[in-house]
Amino acid sequence: MNNRILYITLFLSVIFTACKSQSGVQLPKDPKGFKLLSEYKIFQGNLTELMPVEGVIPYDINNPLFSDYAEKARFIWMPEGSKAIANEDGSIQFPEGTILVKNFYFHHKEKRQIVETRLLIKFKEKWEVYPYIWKEDQSDAELQVAGGTVPVTFSHLDKEISFRYTVPNKFQCKNCHNADNILLPIGPQIAQLNKIYSYQSGEKNQLDYWSEIGYLDYNRTTETPIMASWENANNDIASRAKAYLDGNCAHCHNSKGSASTSGLFLKFTELDPMRWGICKTPVAAGRGSGGRQVDIYPQHPEKSILVYRMESDDPGVMMPEIGRKLVHQEAVDLISEWIKSMDASPCK
Amino acid sequence: MNKSFSYLLFFIIIAITACKPKAGKDLLVSDDFQKAIQEKLINAQDGDVIELPEGTFQLTQTLFIEGVNNVTIKGQGVDKTFLSFKNQEEGSEGFYISNVINFSLSDFTIEDSKGDNIKIKSADGLVLKNINSRWTDGAKETNGAYGLYPVESKNVLVEDCEVSYASDAGIYVGQSVNVVVRRCYTHHNVAGIEIENCINSDVYENKSINNTGGILVFDLPDLPVANGRNARIFNNEIKENNHKNFAPDGNIVASVPPGTGIIILATDSVDVFNNKIANQKSVGIAIVSYQLLQRPYNDTTFGPYTSAISIRNNQISTNKLIVDMSTELGKLLFATFRLPMDIIYDGINNPEYIDEERNVKDGHQICIKNNGEEIKFGNLNAAKISNLKDLLKYSNTDITPFDCDFKGISGNKTPIQ
Repeated sequence: MNNRILYITLFLSVIFTACKSQSGVQLPKDPKGFKLLSEYKIFQGNLTELMPVEGVIPYDINNPLFSDYAEKARFIWMPEGSKAIANEDGSIQFPEGTILVKNFYFHHKEKRQIVETRLLIKFKEKWEVYPYIWKEDQSDAELQVAGGTVPVTFSHLDKEISFRYTVPNKFQCKNCHNADNILLPIGPQIAQLNKIYSYQSGEKNQLDYWSEIGYLDYNRTTETPIMASWENANNDIASRAKAYLDGNCAHCHNSKGSASTSGLFLKFTELDPMRWGICKTPVAAGRGSGGRQVDIYPQHPEKSILVYRMESDDPGVMMPEIGRKLVHQEAVDLISEWIKSMDASPCK
Repeated sequence: MNKSFSYLLFFIIIAITACKPKAGKDLLVSDDFQKAIQEKLINAQDGDVIELPEGTFQLTQTLFIEGVNNVTIKGQGVDKTFLSFKNQEEGSEGFYISNVINFSLSDFTIEDSKGDNIKIKSADGLVLKNINSRWTDGAKETNGAYGLYPVESKNVLVEDCEVSYASDAGIYVGQSVNVVVRRCYTHHNVAGIEIENCINSDVYENKSINNTGGILVFDLPDLPVANGRNARIFNNEIKENNHKNFAPDGNIVASVPPGTGIIILATDSVDVFNNKIANQKSVGIAIVSYQLLQRPYNDTTFGPYTSAISIRNNQISTNKLIVDMSTELGKLLFATFRLPMDIIYDGINNPEYIDEERNVKDGHQICIKNNGEEIKFGNLNAAKISNLKDLLKYSNTDITPFDCDFKGISGNKTPIQ
């Protein structure tokens, strides 16, 4: 090939790329998904910089799930001309073709290691989930429906932690993303999105921004609920603790979730103290009980099964069962404080 | 990994296994096997038959399968295909199966998961057949809870399985409708077979030997599926269930006294007949209400009482001399009767079912008949007392009020082959 043809090709491809930048994102025709993350063309330039193409919007949520101290970068994309609708219960109905992108990464000595990118894609009426594991050289990520493990070293509070990070398989994803056996997104809900985000164009409430760019039909008011965050020290201890349990447990521990059989329901909105675990005896905890009698024993974290299971990293004991290898000490402290602060009510 | 590679891998594994003279003794430790089998499960299509090869396979993570119809997973036999979770790092179950229709799992041995060896949630039409589910380090509190654990399911058949060394129940069917457990052998578990909050169950032709408790029919509060009922327990061999209770505290089975044949707890409509119940050191059959356990509950829809029970034509013998006292319930039995009893009733029926003359209304009685001439019966008569310490005053051994026939208790309502 001579140079001229090469230049022409290069020129054409630049033009082609430029023209496509408006809607460069590729949806897989086959519900099996693309083999490589790069094939979606969600990001431009060097993939590892996670620089979104136009139309791919970064977002954040108020009360995120703990994933072994992984940091997360979330993005959303919808096909041109389509928009999401808010349901009355605060969930969001996304249009066909929506892609939710969640990147998991760690920092060690100022170097970033991206381990995993999870995509949730809405086909017709059904969401599908795709776990991509990043190559060691960070050049791209490969679809691994069976999940996998990635050795990770990261820094946390001046400590260096090394462990094997687990990328869930497709079914494990559904174990959490499950309502009556239907796979649904967990994070992007009105109350979770109701927060300020620093866009390149400046700071703006995410719900307002999504409405502005035509991604969402929603009029935010002062009444719009804001999901409490466990990290927000301005909130009282009970709402912080409940927010943590909601964000980390309630996707399974609700009457329609994977842990419905336990009778322990940890949604922020649950009002029955017994459902919350107060003086509630376990059903099928096995050795997860740790010899303790009830899920929450007011004023006594050391007698509460909930705390025992959060403190454990034994697969047969720990909660959550998946998505965690390390103990989230800050959360153990929070929940323990909360239990200590409860009114005394000796469980019979 | 692409499909052809995973097939190749499978082929290699089978080939390797075939060369080994003693399959089952050598361990194949392989992340690739984990991945290959998990990928097969993920890619399973409706109607697929997935074969587990011969050999012993070390798995480090729960195997998941979800959302499929008419899928069969089949090993080469309990003495040929071994799945070991001894080195499990992730997930607590061996198999976790959910949201399936007409699903069948058979012909392999599964061992040593951290939690439950096989858990199935939300199945409609489930067959567990010819599976050996066990923990291999003896009776330990740190063993997993359940050997076979179908829950929130419909039309469940568990047959020809062997389960041992579960720190809770060997076979535990929970919150399910239309259940058959038959021809299984459970031993060295805390509970051999437990039917919990189920509606319409038949448990027959099983052997429950050397567990802490042989067969339990329980109804527990604060659960989505409440008020279990309609169970038939018949033609079972329930003997020498005198094993030490090694359940972790806090679990309901931790209160089962060693030496218990059958417990019917807080459940309505249970027919227990033609069972051989021999050599339990505490009690052959106990009929008790939830109150007796003195555990808190908060569920206003929960019926803590045991009503409409028929105990007939069982052969019961207890030839031990002293009741086991390692549990609260055991101490209470000892304090009241001293000797092991064939049948114990706590005497607490639903007050709504008692008429003005203190008789139990028709359709709600406890009927105990034809269980041998020499039957040792004890009535704790606990309904009359407010403090369990007063038990001695009211308890008696008079079986005559229970001489009635209770007909028409039904079990499983789904036809099975």
